[in-house]
Amino acid sequence: MAKNFKLITDGLVKNNPTFVLLLGMCPTLATTTSAINGLSMGLATLFVLVLSNMVISLIAPVVPDKVHIPVYIVVIATFVTLLQLLMQAYTPAMYETLGLFIPLIVVNCIVLGRAEAFANKNGVLASACDGIGVGLGFTCALTVLGLVREVLGSGSAFGLNFIGGHDGMLAFVMAPGAFLCLGYLMVLFNKFVKKD
Amino acid sequence: MAAQSNLKNMVMVLGLTCLACSAVLGGAYALTKDPIDAASVAKTNKAIGAVLPAFDETSYESVEVDGKTYNYYKAVKGGETVGYAVESTVVGFGGPLSLMVGITPDGTVHNTSVLSHAETPGLGAKCNTDAKFMAQWAGFDPSVKILSVKKDGGDVDAITASTITSRAYTEAVKNAVAAVKSLEE
Repeated sequence: MAKNFKLITDGLVKNNPTFVLLLGMCPTLATTTSAINGLSMGLATLFVLVLSNMVISLIAPVVPDKVHIPVYIVVIATFVTLLQLLMQAYTPAMYETLGLFIPLIVVNCIVLGRAEAFANKNGVLASACDGIGVGLGFTCALTVLGLVREVLGSGSAFGLNFIGGHDGMLAFVMAPGAFLCLGYLMVLFNKFVKKD
Repeated sequence: MAAQSNLKNMVMVLGLTCLACSAVLGGAYALTKDPIDAASVAKTNKAIGAVLPAFDETSYESVEVDGKTYNYYKAVKGGETVGYAVESTVVGFGGPLSLMVGITPDGTVHNTSVLSHAETPGLGAKCNTDAKFMAQWAGFDPSVKILSVKKDGGDVDAITASTITSRAYTEAVKNAVAAVKSLEE
């Protein structure tokens, strides 16, 4: 139990996909224009990561080495498509904002990376915990990044405007602001949170 | 650890995985098809309701103007046409910009609503949130006012720092007005 708990906290801090491993940069930079968008993208990835980790840890022993990547990708793509259909059906508004980036979860290096580095060598429960940890790490990172960019760029937090009719610093909503914020957050994270 | 690869087990595992995954997706598609269709219909109906005065029923038709086909919903109340909700798509700053433009039979814009857009968040995306920009379309009469942004000598207030989006939005409205004009003639 303690070991599984450690897997979760490792994913959040020591193996944080965004601030430490620097994986999945495309969705990180593209979807974090607001805190809500970052949070939803993080949760979508978490969903796929946990399920694909579990299934892959189950089938890994019977998958021949030479075809393991195609098999993993098919499994991951299935969960992503499943998520896409569910979002389209039950959360159409969220699907509209994130729609473009959902299919890209298939090629998000975090998902295949955890399958290769962890799930195919460990049991179902440990793999699920690893998925939860890394997924939460990704979700937190994206939410914080989205929040910082939203506060600076649009003058609001989680959609609640607090500077009235003024415009924020627009650069932070656009691509340059994404790189700047990510860079500074990474510095802060490595200085204060990540202690080896 | 991973099994030794040979042709037989590679074909079998890959084949079975694909088969199982297709089955799961097929099932999920069948289950979600109705809610997805319902969500899309609800969205269109909401857009029509937002851009037209009260009506009893609508019929879906299309018209061709200058080689472009426009789909529109004709709204009828008590046997009389109260307006047309025209789907109008132009190229915006970041990709296609689709509007639902409500026009009354006298050619006045009743209201507009954004169906989908790919404009820059914080800039062009304001065409869907900026109250001042959106409010100016209600009751816009193209026979009195000029349908182009103020920078180009018209009467449309552009969104600050988003002239291209504002121009595209205006053009979409203009196209819809032209489409309805061709119907009324």
